[in-house]
Amino acid sequence: METSRDDFVIAIRSAFLKKGTQQRFSLLSLILFSIIFLILGSLNFKAIDYVKIFIREITYRSSFIISAPENFVKNSYILVQNHLNLYNENENNKSELAKLKSKDLVNEFIIMENKRLKEVVDDYLVKSDAVIAKVLSDKGSPFLKSIIINKGSKHQIKLGMAVLDGEYLVGKIVEVNYYSSRVLLLSDLNSKIPVIVEPNEVFSILSGTGQENGIIQYSKKYDDIRNESVIYTSGVGSLFKAGIPIGKINDTIINEEKKVQFFSDFSQLRFVKVFSFIKNESK
Amino acid sequence: MTELKNKNIIRKALSNMPIILLFISVLNNYDFNYLGLKYFSFNFSYILIFYYSLKKSESLGYSYIFVAGLFNDVVVGTPIGLSSLMYLILCVAASYLRNITLRPSLVKDCIFFLVTILIINSLLFLALKFIFNYELNYFDQIINITCTFLLYFLFSNLFDFFEIYFVGNKNAR
Repeated sequence: METSRDDFVIAIRSAFLKKGTQQRFSLLSLILFSIIFLILGSLNFKAIDYVKIFIREITYRSSFIISAPENFVKNSYILVQNHLNLYNENENNKSELAKLKSKDLVNEFIIMENKRLKEVVDDYLVKSDAVIAKVLSDKGSPFLKSIIINKGSKHQIKLGMAVLDGEYLVGKIVEVNYYSSRVLLLSDLNSKIPVIVEPNEVFSILSGTGQENGIIQYSKKYDDIRNESVIYTSGVGSLFKAGIPIGKINDTIINEEKKVQFFSDFSQLRFVKVFSFIKNESK
Repeated sequence: MTELKNKNIIRKALSNMPIILLFISVLNNYDFNYLGLKYFSFNFSYILIFYYSLKKSESLGYSYIFVAGLFNDVVVGTPIGLSSLMYLILCVAASYLRNITLRPSLVKDCIFFLVTILIINSLLFLALKFIFNYELNYFDQIINITCTFLLYFLFSNLFDFFEIYFVGNKNAR
């Protein structure tokens, strides 16, 4: 019994302390080093912050280059898929275009009227100039649904700015480096955005699920939310301007949390627009 | 002379292949999410680190593993230092298994690997959820652990094959 305990201790000690033929550090010293790194990092220690920024800049660029072959395969796969669906999509698009053209004329009038009314109640937010950014990396992991873009503090990117794919909201900036930034996508578990569900004007919170969709949470008026209802930003908190389209309800089962299908496909983002919304001072 | 030089370069590249593969895997973060496979994700780095720490510890330096962990944290978005810690715990487990094993067998390695990744992922889950306040999907973790464990059999044989026929290490098994 005593011997087997000794063997265990020897094996453990050897695993922690013994350096291999080409090892410069023992495992124990590196483990201690990573724990120190973690603790100082969580305490926002200045030197560690600089190391972090340096590692991030290198990693994002290298990741973009190394991901090139996989991205090529991925893009080819999507291209083939798109070609196979082309005919049906074209037929649908034609009929939808005809409907939209007629709606567009009415919308233009409503937008102008809405702008005038918002200016009267001092709630009119204007977009800053768009910063067009290229997506460097879009690695979805079980931990974080995010993308890396090639614009950072050098290009006036700031924390909390809205990121749009065309006219659709895709996320917000959560980390800014000098030449790159990280965008937390709406589908991430940690993403919570104040939204309004139209029609019926239901105010709620859109949360990510870690999957391809989001869910509507913390609302008392679930019964008023119908299938195919459209989700817009509500403008509460003044982080985003009200009325940016996000997605639509895609849930036929009546339950507590309504599923949201995003308008933008987050797995196919190539370029995004980054905006901040500021109050209109030009009165 | 040139032929000899070329052969040396190839031999060097082949013997450093585990390190190259490790860095590619953390920077590229293979996820195959574009295939739309809902219940499929695995951690290639865990398999690679465990296999080479167990079978050929001189191929992967601990310092490289530490740096790869830092890179992985940046790509995935977890607190910097966390993946390094997990990778090094994996190395400790592999090193311990190497010290106590007299007659190696793939099944025993796999079972030990499963226990190790269960512990590592539990630690990771606890640290992210309760210390760093990350929201995590428990089900995704289970799928990741299961697929990583199942794919260890496949990759272990592939690495054996690579070591025997490309690197010329006859004791790989």
